[in-house]
Amino acid sequence: MTTLRVPVVEKILSANDRLAEQNRARLDQCGIFGLNIMAAPGAGKTSTILRTIEALSSGTPGSPIALGVVEGDTAAVTIDADKIIAAGRPAVQINTGGECHIDAVMLSGALNQLPLDQIELLIVENVGNLICPAAFSLGTHANVLISSVAEGDDKPYKYPNIYRGIDALIINKIDLLPYVEYNLDYFRRGVELLNPGVLTFPLSCRTGEGVERWVEWLLRKVKRET
Amino acid sequence: MHELAVTESILNIATRHAEQAQAVRVTVVHLVMGQLSSIVDDSVQFYWDMISADTICAGAQLHFERKPATLQCLECNRVYTLSGELSDCPDCHSARLKIVSGEEFYLESIEVEAAQEPPRQDALTSIREDAIP
Repeated sequence: MTTLRVPVVEKILSANDRLAEQNRARLDQCGIFGLNIMAAPGAGKTSTILRTIEALSSGTPGSPIALGVVEGDTAAVTIDADKIIAAGRPAVQINTGGECHIDAVMLSGALNQLPLDQIELLIVENVGNLICPAAFSLGTHANVLISSVAEGDDKPYKYPNIYRGIDALIINKIDLLPYVEYNLDYFRRGVELLNPGVLTFPLSCRTGEGVERWVEWLLRKVKRET
Repeated sequence: MHELAVTESILNIATRHAEQAQAVRVTVVHLVMGQLSSIVDDSVQFYWDMISADTICAGAQLHFERKPATLQCLECNRVYTLSGELSDCPDCHSARLKIVSGEEFYLESIEVEAAQEPPRQDALTSIREDAIP
């Protein structure tokens, strides 16, 4: 019996990364722009998606956009998917069975249930969590984080990893700014440390303020204009 | 919170490489983790003990090597090692920073017990012996 050391050097989540690449290839093949939305519970992920659907249905130049939604929740509920379907768009609910994030395998399964040949935009609503979703690539083209002012201005400092990997940041519930202790400069400084120059979209899903600018950005992405 | 998924991946990778090396048992798994990767060692160890039972990795020790985070200032190019929480450049206080290292998270190597000497080493030894006049 001999003992030997076998060199490996393999990323722990390489299996997930490989599957994420396959998801990306599949989306590219269908000409779909994939968007992964992450946020804490209650930050307004579903509200943002509903506002986005509304704007992409009519009114915005370039609309309507055919889109599908994947809803991720840790519990066996269809609350969010029901709302999307009520808004007239196809939705698939992933119940992660206690897992704190969607991974590439789960998304791959969900893609099988969507009419991929009929949509241009895929929106994935990740599980409400500021830690785990950051570690698992899905194969989407853009990662967007929603931070609501009601959560407090210290979140970039407390959950740095999720701020690092994002392509855009939505600051939601800005209509609440007069009512909550929130220093926007302090928040932005934290974000700047983690992700210099990241695009931010302050908006309010309740009043609709700022939604237009966000949708314009998204539309340019979907149309591959930037 | 995602330590179970992470531990399952570690087990898959270690098992695959152990089988390739025709090992009979894995004794140590060497992991490298950057300071910025949000993984809790104790939780990984806890799940590891549970899910590795009855596998080639049963009883293997997990060895965690922590790599410090290194940042580079995009204004003055100063490179510095992070101590504690994320902070701006100690020289010019710019917040425009690039992470040079600290996000690593990989399985570096495994130590295994093999039933016999690896074939290639045997071959080399015999060649050398043959070469002696």
